[in-house]
Amino acid sequence: MNRRKLYKKTIVDYRKVTESVFVLAFEKDFDFEPGQVVAIDVEPEGKPRLYSIASGVNDKNVEIIFDEKPDGKLTPFLSKLNIGDVIYVSKPFGLFRCDDDEAWWIASGTGVAPFVSMIRSGKGKGKILLHGGRRDENFYFSEVVENELEAGNYVRCTSRQPDTRYYNGRLTSWLREQELLPKEIKYYLCGSAEMVVEVRDILLNRGIPFGNIVSETYF
Amino acid sequence: MTTKQNLYGLTLNQLKEVVNELGLPKFTASQIADWLYRKHVVSIDEMTNLSIKARQLLDEKYFVGLIAPSQVQASKDGTKKYLYPTSQAGKFIEAAYIPDKNRGTLCVSSQIGCKMGCLFCMTGKQGFQGNLTAGEIVNQIQSLPEFEKLTNIVYMGMGEPLDNVDAVLNSLEILTAPWGYGWSPKRITVSTIGIIPAMLTFLEKSKAHLAVSLHTPFDEERRNLMPIQNVYPISKVISEIKKWDMGKQRRVSFEYIMFKGVNDTPKHVKEMVRLLSGIRCRINLIRFHPIPDTVLEGTPDEDIIAFQNALKARGMTVTIRASRGEDIFAACGMLSTKALVKKSEELDY
Repeated sequence: MNRRKLYKKTIVDYRKVTESVFVLAFEKDFDFEPGQVVAIDVEPEGKPRLYSIASGVNDKNVEIIFDEKPDGKLTPFLSKLNIGDVIYVSKPFGLFRCDDDEAWWIASGTGVAPFVSMIRSGKGKGKILLHGGRRDENFYFSEVVENELEAGNYVRCTSRQPDTRYYNGRLTSWLREQELLPKEIKYYLCGSAEMVVEVRDILLNRGIPFGNIVSETYF
Repeated sequence: MTTKQNLYGLTLNQLKEVVNELGLPKFTASQIADWLYRKHVVSIDEMTNLSIKARQLLDEKYFVGLIAPSQVQASKDGTKKYLYPTSQAGKFIEAAYIPDKNRGTLCVSSQIGCKMGCLFCMTGKQGFQGNLTAGEIVNQIQSLPEFEKLTNIVYMGMGEPLDNVDAVLNSLEILTAPWGYGWSPKRITVSTIGIIPAMLTFLEKSKAHLAVSLHTPFDEERRNLMPIQNVYPISKVISEIKKWDMGKQRRVSFEYIMFKGVNDTPKHVKEMVRLLSGIRCRINLIRFHPIPDTVLEGTPDEDIIAFQNALKARGMTVTIRASRGEDIFAACGMLSTKALVKKSEELDY
């Protein structure tokens, strides 16, 4: 049966970012394109789950970010790992890729990962990143984004923590408040299905052609 | 105090674990399966060939757990849409019963909402609220008032069945096993948008028919309609299906909703023929049933027929699915319990 083969990898970096969100890294020995995913499991013949790569194409290690779900099939196990532990990882795959043209990136929570990979791979020029999170701690990799994106091109929306540095409200509210949304560029959406369908509806209602909206949902 | 667990929806192997845990004789598992899935009892008390002690032990931790539909809407064409509560408080699903001459088809849901986010689908617009258990899937069948009239089951309701593959496979086992309903797998079709690993598991473990949501043969166009294309491109899905012996005992069909000016041109005919060559399959053309705020339009009927004829002229087997239940939002792609979903404060955006 032609299932995607999983390769044994040793975790070389592991950090807890919030109470439930973790970043883990393993050594890179394959090429990938920013925006691609890998299938990961803690056993060689299990039922791997998919995670977007968050590291850059020239980085030494491959990084992924995950949010532990108490009823999840894999994340309760991933969250108990340490540096030196073994995981099983597929080669990268997927078509959620972005060219060098101007574009808007819209993400919720850990859905920022593919855009961070794109930024770390030198594709941040001319891009605007709109990131929604409940609190400050949910703006993962914000130091990377702040350093690499042009001033004013990084918009963070907090739905649960008023803060003068951020837009206070959901990213959908921010979008609705914009007088002009460019119609000729592409919009890349990544995150929960709820966010993707709500944002897509807003964009379509504002006249963005559906051919200019590229989405990826967590599943 | 512990919450009682459902017996309904457990496979024979799972029932064996239950009786083992309770210290009951092994054969009790088969007896329980017989009461649940062949005699269709609604309470443990009715399982009269179990000893009183066995029934008491079962009753301490389990109940049958069937859930009747809480609402029904009837279409002028005879289709009925049922609303079922789920075991998750405040969350509901829908199932559509479609009578047609000698057939009675039930379109069952496999998830509360859906994660896939397809542009044309009403269920997708409500996001994802949870997976159904095997019991909740089979319950839609068992608790249907028209249960006795059912001839076919299609897993084409709310949710992506193969995103909940374990529960779907358990439900299929209950429906087709000799200890269960004992139905032929030929009476059942499972739909998918093409989650390849789960599709392979389904093909290995079940003999039910497969329906793949195609909707366009072109990669770039499909990723605008269906985000799954970014992860599992349709060309890869089809190359996996080509490895299976389809078209004899087991059928594969490709579902194709027709959108005006989007996927209904001669170049789509040509590319579909190329893509599906080598597979014994049926293409099922489906009228688009407009959902609120959609930017898509349905292809007019005469153009759908012309599209069908163009495919037929190239040797394809093509049908046009009758639209049923559109007036009660029960037609293809229209099931949704969005109005009942409370927006969570814990959304991550």
